[in-house]
Amino acid sequence: MTTAVPLVEHFALGLDAPICLTWELTYACNLACAHCLSSSGRRDPRELSTDECKAVIDELQRMQVFYVNIGGGEPTVRSDFWELLDYATSHDVGVKFSTNGIKVDAEAARRIAANSYVDIQISLDGATADVNDAVRGVGSYDTAVRALGHLHDAGVRPKLSVVCTRQNLGQLDEFKALADRYGAQLRLTRLRPSGRGADVWDELHPTADQQRELYDWLVANGEDVLTGDSFFHLAAYGESLPGLNLCGAGRVVCLIDPVGDVYACPFAIADQFHAGNVRSEGGFAKVWRESPLFLELREPQSGGACASCDAYDACRGGCMAAKFFTGLPLDGPDPECVKGFGELALSKVEPGTAPRTTVDHSHKGGVRGGPVLVPLSLRRPDKPCDESPVSREVFA
Amino acid sequence: MPDSVLHRPLELSPDVSVRPEPFGALLYSFGTRRLSFLKDRRLLDVVQALATSDTAQQACASAGVAPESLPAFDAALSRLLRTGLLVERAA
Ligand code: SF4
Ligand code: SF4
Repeated sequence: MTTAVPLVEHFALGLDAPICLTWELTYACNLACAHCLSSSGRRDPRELSTDECKAVIDELQRMQVFYVNIGGGEPTVRSDFWELLDYATSHDVGVKFSTNGIKVDAEAARRIAANSYVDIQISLDGATADVNDAVRGVGSYDTAVRALGHLHDAGVRPKLSVVCTRQNLGQLDEFKALADRYGAQLRLTRLRPSGRGADVWDELHPTADQQRELYDWLVANGEDVLTGDSFFHLAAYGESLPGLNLCGAGRVVCLIDPVGDVYACPFAIADQFHAGNVRSEGGFAKVWRESPLFLELREPQSGGACASCDAYDACRGGCMAAKFFTGLPLDGPDPECVKGFGELALSKVEPGTAPRTTVDHSHKGGVRGGPVLVPLSLRRPDKPCDESPVSREVFA
Repeated sequence: MPDSVLHRPLELSPDVSVRPEPFGALLYSFGTRRLSFLKDRRLLDVVQALATSDTAQQACASAGVAPESLPAFDAALSRLLRTGLLVERAA
């Protein structure tokens, strides 16, 4: 009972419904993290209403989407957040949501504990307040740790989600210890040059040496650490890591943004990756199944400049969004190619010519206590596809 | 080789949701939050027939599994049982 084609190839050709669907409920956020993937800050007046959100959930139920990864912005600042959460879980759609912890008090923690279809993920980008607050803003470390405490007290096992940066990669063991202290599971993700991440990528993205150390650390500690599809480009070092080892954009992954726009991936909010809107006739299902962009992404991809690389089968050229927002061709090496071809390619990109997202809800003039790392540009980061959307259990 | 499960009454765990896909099916366990795959449409047919069959073997028969393929299906079903995706139905 083996199929002729490896499973990963089926994934590359697309599925009837996404496995890893991110839904950003709002662009509003109390923080202004420097590397926010969705350039969040201000609420968009065209945001989906409560009823529209419920209609989307009904549709996800019909499509048998097992769970959604809810984020933002800060999703919990929507006044109907808990109502939508309950609505989803009572309609067979599990919820994993990502938050900076601002609304996670003792009562919220008990509420989360009582619903076995809900997972919560707290974002923290430094194992110490100084490292974290420099990118996420003053006080954000304390907010996150307070939330972890409430969750721990309520008996919830949250995830502690970290965007790996040059500044925090020396803290991996401390992150693990912090997660263990609160009974949390550590989740490490890749910094992509998406949203405001483009403004700070040069200063924040890991060095080549750090990437190697991260890879070694994941090989040694990776079993209980979640990484989603973050680090498959590191598989070119040798061993592949647990998780989804291909770019699933438009194939198994996609994003519904707060105004109902559907993009190939939460890290690809740009016109080129816009597939449609859930408000249009046929709704999300039609966008997922029929949008020309998604059908094109599901076509067999050529390796381009990577095709001759001996690591291509493992690395597959890396992350589409990382290439796009650094101005690299989509069929060539990832900017963080472990063989150094990305750096070479980057050196040929005319400075300032990389495409920028046109969707920007950043707070005008920043927020009080906002990050000071890069004074020119301020705002928040975050998660996409949750844990390995793909367990390694394959039957027959 | 684990013991055969063909004579046992099995069913899908109530925690598990099944979504047919062109290559077979996706199984998601809300209990363990793990996603698994059935890489074969016939295995999906067998799994779906379990609820209305007295034994796993009967489910295989009604899904049209040829006798010579039974050992392979037996092994797949045992693994599904061991990982908690299937459970034994109370007789
Ligand atoms: S574009 Fe990058 S972040 Fe998005 S699905 Fe592909 S690899 Fe993942
Ligand atoms: S050349 Fe391409 S396939 Fe090879 S390691 Fe670099 S990004 Fe990966």
